[in-house]
Amino acid sequence: MSAPSAVRTASASGGRRTKSKSWLATVPLLAFVALIFGVPLVIILGGTFKRDGAFSAANITESVQGAYLTAMIGSVKLSALVAVVGALLGTFLAQAVVTSRFRLLREAVLTASGVLSNFGGIPLAFAWIATLGNSGVITKALGLDSAGWSLYNFWGLALVYLYFSIPLMVVVVVPALDGLRQQWREAAQNNGANTWQYWRHVGIPVLTPTLLGGVVLLFGGAFAAYATAAAMVGGTVPLVTLQIANALSGNVLIGHENVALALSLDMIIIAGLVMAVYLPLQRRSARWLR
Amino acid sequence: MAALTPEGPMAQLTPPAVAAGPVSGPGRRRRIRVWRGAILAIAAVYFLVPLIASFTFTVKAPEQDFSLDAYGQIFTTEGFGQSLLLSIGLGVATIAVVLLLTLPAMLAVRLRVPKMKPIMEIVCTLPLVVPPITFVAGINTVLQFGPDYLASTPFYQTIFAIQDENFPVVLVLAYVILALPFVYRSLDAGLGAIDVRTLVEAARNLGASWPHLIFRVIVPNLRSSLASASFLTLALVLGEFTIASLLHFQTFPVWIYTISGSQAQVSVAVSVFSLLITWLLLLVLSSAGARQRSGS
Repeated sequence: MSAPSAVRTASASGGRRTKSKSWLATVPLLAFVALIFGVPLVIILGGTFKRDGAFSAANITESVQGAYLTAMIGSVKLSALVAVVGALLGTFLAQAVVTSRFRLLREAVLTASGVLSNFGGIPLAFAWIATLGNSGVITKALGLDSAGWSLYNFWGLALVYLYFSIPLMVVVVVPALDGLRQQWREAAQNNGANTWQYWRHVGIPVLTPTLLGGVVLLFGGAFAAYATAAAMVGGTVPLVTLQIANALSGNVLIGHENVALALSLDMIIIAGLVMAVYLPLQRRSARWLR
Repeated sequence: MAALTPEGPMAQLTPPAVAAGPVSGPGRRRRIRVWRGAILAIAAVYFLVPLIASFTFTVKAPEQDFSLDAYGQIFTTEGFGQSLLLSIGLGVATIAVVLLLTLPAMLAVRLRVPKMKPIMEIVCTLPLVVPPITFVAGINTVLQFGPDYLASTPFYQTIFAIQDENFPVVLVLAYVILALPFVYRSLDAGLGAIDVRTLVEAARNLGASWPHLIFRVIVPNLRSSLASASFLTLALVLGEFTIASLLHFQTFPVWIYTISGSQAQVSVAVSVFSLLITWLLLLVLSSAGARQRSGS
């Protein structure tokens, strides 16, 4: 809250002295992050290596075994599938829109993508349950229930996750597609390149950082998603987010409560490794988007 | 934009190059059009069917006629107003806190201490790496065991005060962290697009005080990026389920989940309704941005 006053006091004295004090304006933000974000992280790290009040690796060992390992693999598999398929389909959709002559279509799809990429959580799950769930409108209309259809499994979750992942990819990739200059294509054509050669040697290399960045972003979104899965499948699909929630709600053996923290640490490490790929890529692709 | 597309005017100016390719011009163009049409059609089906089906689900129960009752019931269902007001209140508080924290810090970094920019960037991007479910695992542990360690300090009362059911400040604190990456990126783009240094120097030379400068010069120039930061934050808070539900606070999404067991139609109606609200917010935002562009 004291941030504006920090700016004021830093500058009120005027002259050269302000230069040395203006970093004070960043103190409230940094202190806030350290307290609200840093403390829980330290607690996760500390709690992971503590059982029955003593230092122990038992939690972390338990978190990579049995049902917890299955859940972690399930989450990574689902997120990887959603990321790759979502990135591919999102790019094709974006290219179809970018090359279209109808301005209105472009505006409509971009606005819709902005909204739908934020459409997650509980409402998304319910919209799909109403559509393809056991008593969903389409399920009933097409008689899918008698054909053995179920939305409440791995593939159903993937189908639903794509609903916000594809729009997110469109939002990410459209600026990059707009940045592909017409002159590059003409230069390639004048040198005798066909469409495939143009994409193979010019288009895709320029787009690669953006595409990989999109894959990473989609992976992170699907990996962290909890609400949609909780509302749709409860516990029938093994996912690490559901396991953490389960452990937090007390569904663990007495004394094993810190397994939730160990699972959290596992998740942060995986998400961190994936993000570590993303940040340099984003910087590289920013060069082409100018 | 049109000039950048393969079908733009430039493409039409260079028919020899196209014709020289392995596929003739008109044939290739037709193939592209078919391909594009197919993609757009599939996308339209995939994205529109759930929306239409959800709406159908809410207005027509089996063996009943068309009725908008489910939408009327939203407002009379126990807890609707309370949870929606709580979520909106949390959203407004989060926007206020996150902007008060980031704007002065980012201005100071841009104007006076550019050396700190990498630090700011890392600090404001870090929350992206930590999934909300793990964040809440940490917060939950702090809230549970914090009182044991803090029993003899004034912080002891604070731990309980921030968990007030009527206005859980702890959620505002958590949401500020979740919103930080989006707000940072939005403000960074906004500050990059205006010449802050010139504005500040001009205003200071004309005798403006710092508060006057920030609220009368900087803020109006950043209107569209402040608006988009606020919108993203509000959308995030209105939809956030993980942290609120695991800390047992009855926010709007938690309420939707709670009523879904007994009133399936109403919960789907609220879901459709919340998408409409988001859409409306985005439209207002983009028209505000367009107005600013045409104004300047």
